[in-house]
Amino acid sequence: MKYLITLVTALVTVMVTTTAQAFCGFYVAKADTSLFNRASQVVLVRDDNRTVITMANDFEGEVEDFAVVIPVPTRIEREQINVGDRAVIQHLDAYTSPRLVEYHDGNPCHRYELEERMKSDADLPAAAAQLRRSAKSQGVTIEASYTVGEYDILILSAEESSGLIRWLNDNDYKIPRGAKRVVDSYLGQGMRFFVARVNVEEQSKLGYQYLRPLQVAYESNKFMLPIRLGTLNAKGKQELYVYALTRTGRVETTNYRTVKLPTNVEVPEFVEGEFADFYRDMFARQTKKENERAVFLEYAWDMAWCDPCAADPLSSKELRQLGVFWIDERGARDKRSIMPQAQNVFVTRLHVRYDAEHFPEDLMFQETGDRQNYQGRYVIRHPWKGEASCDITQYEASVRERQEREAQLLASMTGWDIGDIRKKIPFAGGVRPVSENEPWWKRIWN
Amino acid sequence: MVSISRLRDPRYYQVAVLSTLLGIGVLALDFGIHWQNAVAIMLTAQAVQYLGTRLAGLPRFDPLSALITSLSLTLLLRTELPLLAVAAATIAIGSKFLVRVRGKHVFNPANVALVTLMLLSDRAWVSSGQWGSATIGAFGLACLGFLVLTRAKRAETTIAFLIGYAAMLFGRALWLGDPLSIPVHQLQNGALLIFAFFMISDPKTTPDAARGRVAYAMLVAAVAFTIQFIFYQPNGPILALILCAPLVPVIDALLQGTHYRWEKPDAHSSAHLKGV
Repeated sequence: MKYLITLVTALVTVMVTTTAQAFCGFYVAKADTSLFNRASQVVLVRDDNRTVITMANDFEGEVEDFAVVIPVPTRIEREQINVGDRAVIQHLDAYTSPRLVEYHDGNPCHRYELEERMKSDADLPAAAAQLRRSAKSQGVTIEASYTVGEYDILILSAEESSGLIRWLNDNDYKIPRGAKRVVDSYLGQGMRFFVARVNVEEQSKLGYQYLRPLQVAYESNKFMLPIRLGTLNAKGKQELYVYALTRTGRVETTNYRTVKLPTNVEVPEFVEGEFADFYRDMFARQTKKENERAVFLEYAWDMAWCDPCAADPLSSKELRQLGVFWIDERGARDKRSIMPQAQNVFVTRLHVRYDAEHFPEDLMFQETGDRQNYQGRYVIRHPWKGEASCDITQYEASVRERQEREAQLLASMTGWDIGDIRKKIPFAGGVRPVSENEPWWKRIWN
Repeated sequence: MVSISRLRDPRYYQVAVLSTLLGIGVLALDFGIHWQNAVAIMLTAQAVQYLGTRLAGLPRFDPLSALITSLSLTLLLRTELPLLAVAAATIAIGSKFLVRVRGKHVFNPANVALVTLMLLSDRAWVSSGQWGSATIGAFGLACLGFLVLTRAKRAETTIAFLIGYAAMLFGRALWLGDPLSIPVHQLQNGALLIFAFFMISDPKTTPDAARGRVAYAMLVAAVAFTIQFIFYQPNGPILALILCAPLVPVIDALLQGTHYRWEKPDAHSSAHLKGV
């Protein structure tokens, strides 16, 4: 199109994360406070049968009464548990977030003046011995108990779940209903559990105002995420973001459909101010369309670069912190670049809204050979608003056509009312275009 | 013109059902099947089939089986590289002519191609979850329709496999105390149905005797279950079939049966089928 002169590209990343409040385990509390898992962020680093899992935790509440029971696919030892850095997950979140890109139409009277500016605005939301004795008598062996950062970790080996459940009860933890059944099933599948409690003294010593993410490294054929326990103390649907870091390619679920969200779509200008609402409603609508049984792909990219970047790629150091064990700490530094470039790391961001009814089984994953880049990218094209020194009737007509097309697409993607959308669009030249679906009489008197 | 007797060849129905599934997959489910790969697979398969026919000195060139193999491969194989699609079709059809015991080829062509590529390249994979469970009803119906239309010729392989596999899934759920929605969900898998109706059912690579076929199908189900739920690896059924295929000549040596011929699917039992 001859009028299209892209002048300015600006990038606004709006975080569409909900407050992350959960692990994939279940919470237990001493006080009778209601604890709900609503959203969680999990980083899964996987190569061959080695896995490093990082579970973000934005738990808010009285930490002294809080513990979390986490299933792991295999038996683990104390060195396999670590406490990570929350900022790295936030960085990964920002890097992989759906992005809104802005283009400004150039002056339709000067065609070839080009100026490019790129703005990256990643707006971040930004008493053991006694216990051991009591445990033994319950048929639960506490194999190890120690402190990592602000957490007291208890590695339990319960022959049957009643032991674990009883031990939790005896220590005044409230167990979600139905937990016994799921715990039984996991034990039958060879899974093990550990309990993490907050050590308030250590926490105040360390000076953290929040709980840092827990990390576990293990070796197991199971490339999966146990989500069944998470539904137990959940109220309604839960959100889960999985960031998979692999050597070869995109990760997908093998027992649920993995679906790409609509992307590279032009949206009306007002979406800039309502991007979070737009994304939420679009996601909800796509979820419905897939009968609430699909896992959605939000980002798949080689971590050495990005285009456009919602945030800088992670440094080799950050990737090592997340457990990407196959890269060098120093990183393979690209001589032309100031930033250390991550090598052989492919990131997949999956987003799933689940409940027990639609997701009865745990999420099973596989790494595919697909290295095609994918990102959630939504485009705003601002019409030329300057003064025109020539006849721009034709330009305005083409802009109106584009605005109407964007309105209809937005309505079909989000389920928003087309009338409301049209009201928010300043149509070029002040004239609203006639849409094909509109009854002919609507425009006679207004 | 296709004569009535040729319509008795169940492969026509297979082509129809597989093409429909491919249509649904591409148009409604957006599977990420690349048309370049589909074309590459189809053309290569026919070329290798033609070459094999000439070299083996067979009386006539038969494109149907190669077409079915192409459709199965297109439905199941995922790769970004058309060269791998060409390799898959070559391995699939080539294996029919090269790996033979007692006048039968040993491996199901699509199966051997999928497994070879998955083992040798990290750029080829099978997306077993991509059918989703919403379309499964229609999918199952299409497959059952296929059985009815072909008058269930040699359907015992499919039925025995599905019964065996389902029994193990339900057994596992009961043993673990899981809700039955879990095995039901595990059975609602498009790739599993394609496998059961269009891969393991292949009369050319299953035992000649009915008892042999049932035993073979149960064995494949047990191995598939072991791979999937004891070793926790994806694509259990596809891997199980390739592992069990070498046993077919052994079963054939132990149990006598009739060699299957596509053109005369009911050659050994034509009496009760007259007037269809």
